[in-house]
Amino acid sequence: MLKSFAGVKSKINRLRKRELSSNEKKSLISWLFLAPSLLGVMLFFVAPFGVVIYYSLINNPIQKNFVGFANYINVWNNGAFKLAGINTLKFSFVAVPLAVLLSLFLAAVMESRIPFKSYFRSFFLSPLMVPTASVVLIWQVMFHYNGLINNFTAVFGADKIDWLKSDRAQVVIIALFLWKNLGYNMILFMSALASIPKELLEVAALENATKYQVFWYIKVRYMSSSILFVTIMSLINSFKVFREVYLMTGDYPVDSLYMLQHFMNNTFASLDYQKLSAAAIIMFIVVTGLVYIMYAVENYYGKDVEG
Amino acid sequence: MNMLQKMYKKKRRIDNVKTAVVTVAALIFAVVFLMPIILTITNSFMSSSEINANYGSIFATTEKGGKIFISKTVNLKFIPDMVTFAQYFTVLFKSPQYLIKFWNSIIYVAPIVVVQLGIATLAAYGFSRYDGKLKRAIFFAYIIMMLMPYQVTLVPNFLVSKALGIYGSRWSIWLPGFFSPFAVYLLTKFMRRIPTEVLEAASIDGADEWYIFSRINMPLCKGGIASIAILVFFDYWNMVEQPLILLDDPDLHPLSVFLSKINSGEISLAFAVAVIYLIPPLLIFLYGEDYLVEGISYQGGIKG
Repeated sequence: MLKSFAGVKSKINRLRKRELSSNEKKSLISWLFLAPSLLGVMLFFVAPFGVVIYYSLINNPIQKNFVGFANYINVWNNGAFKLAGINTLKFSFVAVPLAVLLSLFLAAVMESRIPFKSYFRSFFLSPLMVPTASVVLIWQVMFHYNGLINNFTAVFGADKIDWLKSDRAQVVIIALFLWKNLGYNMILFMSALASIPKELLEVAALENATKYQVFWYIKVRYMSSSILFVTIMSLINSFKVFREVYLMTGDYPVDSLYMLQHFMNNTFASLDYQKLSAAAIIMFIVVTGLVYIMYAVENYYGKDVEG
Repeated sequence: MNMLQKMYKKKRRIDNVKTAVVTVAALIFAVVFLMPIILTITNSFMSSSEINANYGSIFATTEKGGKIFISKTVNLKFIPDMVTFAQYFTVLFKSPQYLIKFWNSIIYVAPIVVVQLGIATLAAYGFSRYDGKLKRAIFFAYIIMMLMPYQVTLVPNFLVSKALGIYGSRWSIWLPGFFSPFAVYLLTKFMRRIPTEVLEAASIDGADEWYIFSRINMPLCKGGIASIAILVFFDYWNMVEQPLILLDDPDLHPLSVFLSKINSGEISLAFAVAVIYLIPPLLIFLYGEDYLVEGISYQGGIKG
């Protein structure tokens, strides 16, 4: 990267002396197109993130004594952070595989011969447009102690529970997460299925390939990078489920619903910049790691399958 | 009938059964997916006494202090006893705060969609032309920023708005929205699919970069821009985290935040407000579904 910077610098010098070839000039112009966005991103995201890193390493904004990793160790040993981290992971480990499998199923349904296909697509996609606040309203009606779900399970003799305040509160959130995200994932899988070359499937049919072979050796092979993409996107989206949980249960929900974002939000409220910064950077590292894995695997798969 | 015909007939029967099973599965999913929306709409036409009788026990208990039990169980009703527009009347003419919050939502979302898309088309063109190592690295940084949960980006946002003195004002929502990397990422992916030859041909004919961008590249990207605008709209129409952290004055909050607060209080109005809030995205969804699908499809795969 440093080399490229030096390259840009020398180009600017040569521009002054009017020595640039037309191609080099054009490439410089392309940076002008980038400039507004780059400036904004620098000012609003990158520069303040530098401040966040700085804050995470000092004892407080007034004394500004360098304390090394003390803030990180504090956050790491913080009971609320641990609870939030474990809850978020638990949620992700259940919700993400379910989201991938169910949306793959929906994509398969959309691939098969069913009537009114375009209507079904609209129906499956519709949760995407429903404002979060309206969703939350309905979810409260359904999962309340006197709500619809309890009335329904009572038919089978189950005891009433206050879902949002019970150990099973995560079930409510998982249902909401799936409802909200399946349509989006389904579209991703549908476009992956559509990108499988038709000739390949025709050849397979001519060669008397079994359905099993077609599925595993062609479809799954071609979809592998999509499956990974959807998995990681769902994982990242599952970190964002805070919005719904917050609207339903407020700042301090039942223990099992206390997510990482609650921790961040409440730390915000107490204006503890050190804790906040350290927690933000820990989350940043985790997400960056996930993105990097996604990028690496896609590069690896992209070599022999251009999907 | 010979053997072959028999086999063929049998296969067709099996196929029909399969189709039926799959259709039923799809129907079940469709019902589950649609129920919340239908429920919101039909309930908005109920009178407040009917709503309170149906849902009273849910929401009366969530309020502090007074526990008024109106009905023991929730009667989840799809069809109102009597269709009434009373709730809409109250929302539209008697309680101006809902309309103010609705207006707030529009004030936030409209400029963000327009400006973010404007900056993003320029930037995406910059990224997709004359690709280099440095650009690849910066683009990767954009991807990471885009995927960060709000709670990570909110800390920097908060610090910047304090430093610039815009904390608590509308600008603290607008400015980070204008420069969000989301639209840049998607549009870049879209523009990379335009064959270089198309743009190069114009370049050889002596067109300058701005001409190529505005007259050749932009018309080719119309669909992409529309689909990404829809996604950006949905995202900001639903924003909750940013106003909670960056706006301390509740009068400036958008309806997305405010709606959740009336859930406990004026429950009878909540459904009508929810429907009103649903109308803009619903219209966009009905008219732009194909664009939306296209927009999501570009997101598949990080490399593009």
